[in-house]
Amino acid sequence: MEGFTALFEQYDVVGAFWVNIQLAFWAALWSLILGTVLALMRISPIPSLQWFGTAYVNIFRNTPLTIIMVFGSLALWSQLNVSLSSDFTTNFFRLAVLSLTVYHAAFFCEAIRSGVNTVPLGQAEAARAIGLGFLPAARIIIMPQAFRGAIAPMGNVLIALVKNTTVAATAGVAVETSSTMKTMIEFYPNLMTQIFLTFAIGYVIIVIPIGLLTTWASKKLAVAR
Amino acid sequence: MPESAAPLVSLKNVNKHFGDLHVLQNINLDIARGEVVVVIGPSGSGKSTLCRAINRLETIDDGEITVDGAVLPAEGKALAKLRADVGMVFQSFNLFAHKSIVDNVALGPVKVRRSKPAEAKKLAMELLERVGVANQANKLPAQLSGGQQQRVAIARALAMKPKVMLFDEPTSALDPEMINEVLDTMVGLAKEGMTMVVVTHEMGFARKAADRVIFMADGQIIEEATPEEFFTHPKSDRAKDFLGKILSH
Repeated sequence: MEGFTALFEQYDVVGAFWVNIQLAFWAALWSLILGTVLALMRISPIPSLQWFGTAYVNIFRNTPLTIIMVFGSLALWSQLNVSLSSDFTTNFFRLAVLSLTVYHAAFFCEAIRSGVNTVPLGQAEAARAIGLGFLPAARIIIMPQAFRGAIAPMGNVLIALVKNTTVAATAGVAVETSSTMKTMIEFYPNLMTQIFLTFAIGYVIIVIPIGLLTTWASKKLAVAR
Repeated sequence: MPESAAPLVSLKNVNKHFGDLHVLQNINLDIARGEVVVVIGPSGSGKSTLCRAINRLETIDDGEITVDGAVLPAEGKALAKLRADVGMVFQSFNLFAHKSIVDNVALGPVKVRRSKPAEAKKLAMELLERVGVANQANKLPAQLSGGQQQRVAIARALAMKPKVMLFDEPTSALDPEMINEVLDTMVGLAKEGMTMVVVTHEMGFARKAADRVIFMADGQIIEEATPEEFFTHPKSDRAKDFLGKILSH
């Protein structure tokens, strides 16, 4: 027990988790937006947009996140001089959000598309029959129902996203959980169990409410047919 | 049947294939303004496809379909505009499941016709009153019976003030005791002079409301006649056979 006290006194564990939560929040927001756009492309009647959406999903869903993250920080920043902020820390934070977004948008896209599959074809036909074009039909009729059918799979993506924020260490985000854990192990190798439990339990505490909330919401918001 | 004016809906040499199946074979059909045409025939005869082709929910391989003088546009805004003028009632109702009954009806006028929401809602309530489900206006579609849902679907189509209404087997998914409430609504529409194309198995409706009966089999129009003539003196063997099977009970 005194092991935990020593660790918590020495290191800002809560602060480290706070960085991951912020990473997760921004990446979830942007990848949800990008994923929605991609899903619209994939269900659109325009072949070139369908092709782009499919290509994007297949490329980024099948590339390891670590590689995207390393590319985001090392290649984009140090080789191609892409800078998202003049502040050093903020820049790496944003590059990490960018990498997380690019990767998880592919998964959000597929989760939303699975939601689109819960909407009967007749809904789209009825929308077209009263004179709605593709975008208005998608916005007013298809997507509101698709999102409600996609809550559970989107919850899964969100849970994976939260845990994947630990990969941000490879993008140079220094104070987040996995880099804090590494530092702890370096200086307190004798407290290995406590260190492990600290972070494992920390993530479980963050992630369990997401699962409970999305399960509850997917039942509560299900479209009655 | 009024014959003087140009036809409101016209199909010329229309063909369609589903793979090897030739579902519409050289269909020629003119529908006059105010005419009620009932399309009957055995399942798989292409009657639903014919109905859906008129607002291009089914594309056609060749031939020409015109509505009120304009050739059906292939896609885009022009097609959406045409569809707004052609009301469609489906077998499975297809009410927007996440919208209330009144919103289902008001949605088209607001989003397509750009009516003011208050006006659209007023119109929606009038139409719901007319089809007899105004007291259900704030419920969701799943809370209504099939017959009520189908009457709402008719109101939704009427809200667009369509030039012609297409009915694709509107009573086939209904419990028997709910069929009449829907048919009564349709008979009322026919009496008011709405141009209607009705794919149905309801021979009673055909007798009561149709100006003309089209009998289809194997993707072709085999016979067309007034209901009286068709039901009492069918000419073709296919029609005699079909009527023999359905009227013998």
